[in-house]
Amino acid sequence: MSEFFAMGGYGAFIWPAYGAAAILLAGLVILSWKSMRRREAQVELLRAGRRKGRQDVTETPS
Amino acid sequence: MLMRRYKHTFLVKGLMLVIEMLRWIKDLCVWKENLGPRAPGALYKGTTMMHRFANPTRFMRVANAILPWTAGLAVLFLGAGLYQALVTSPADYQQGETVRIMYIHVPAAYMAMMIYASMAVASATSLIWKHPLADMIARASAPIGAVFTFVCLLSGSLWGQPMWGTWWVWDARLTSVLILFFLYLGYIALVNAFDDPARGAKPAAILALVGAVNLPVIKFSVDWWNTLHQPASLVKLDGPAIDPAMLRPLIFMAIAFTLFYVGVGILRLRSEIAGARIRNLQLGLTHG
Repeated sequence: MSEFFAMGGYGAFIWPAYGAAAILLAGLVILSWKSMRRREAQVELLRAGRRKGRQDVTETPS
Repeated sequence: MLMRRYKHTFLVKGLMLVIEMLRWIKDLCVWKENLGPRAPGALYKGTTMMHRFANPTRFMRVANAILPWTAGLAVLFLGAGLYQALVTSPADYQQGETVRIMYIHVPAAYMAMMIYASMAVASATSLIWKHPLADMIARASAPIGAVFTFVCLLSGSLWGQPMWGTWWVWDARLTSVLILFFLYLGYIALVNAFDDPARGAKPAAILALVGAVNLPVIKFSVDWWNTLHQPASLVKLDGPAIDPAMLRPLIFMAIAFTLFYVGVGILRLRSEIAGARIRNLQLGLTHG
């Protein structure tokens, strides 16, 4: 097992390459997912506010 | 007789495809009317052309349907690819175990160029047909391409140190890929410099298109200039010059990365569409 991680003495180069790729790609997924959720929640919020605003207008016509 | 029957089915299939396309065009044409007079989902104030071709709702229905498949398949290919790359594939007779960095480096380089090429195509579509979805695809792609380019540079550096004895050299291949990275960063900065991305769409599209000149430079840099970087061994006229045991994990990783791009691209596209809707709703609110 330790032989596998040593990678013929080149483990210090191979594992950072794989690790950095994993961290960067996972980070991109998480950031993209979070930004999408945040924006879509904001759309819902704005739409709800708009519907409410319209209802208020129709309920109390001045 | 057999030939005629074959022709017949072919003709019918072609006809069905044409009908399907006509229905799609009809759908696009009535899309704006379906939205009603206030058109809350309309992305940009502008020509009706724009509205007619922009159908994010329909597009996202398809995209969301394929999203779980891309995610699942990406995990499968990544798992199989990583297992082959790290365990079953052989060490190189010259480079030893460091050749395993190739399974990150080469697919990342392929993605860096492929994503830029798709950004250029999307930008051309945006300039010619004023298709807002095309802008969004380009904008959604840029950060993914930048990350893959960075992964390519980083893994290349980590491969260069043990094999060439240096982290970095200013030769044609490495420099042109660094320029690609800066093109991505420049594109992202330019897009974010506008409060309304619709206004930044044109300069950003022009930047993406002009930058596409760099793609053939990257590809052929190893042939045109003297370089430390090894020449192409996969995409060559006379076929790949690599052992199948190494080619298979490479292809698996490339497929996994492509699926990653599609999946994350869909997430970012949803984000872009939501952003456009937010701006539209806020505009609608302030105007009463």
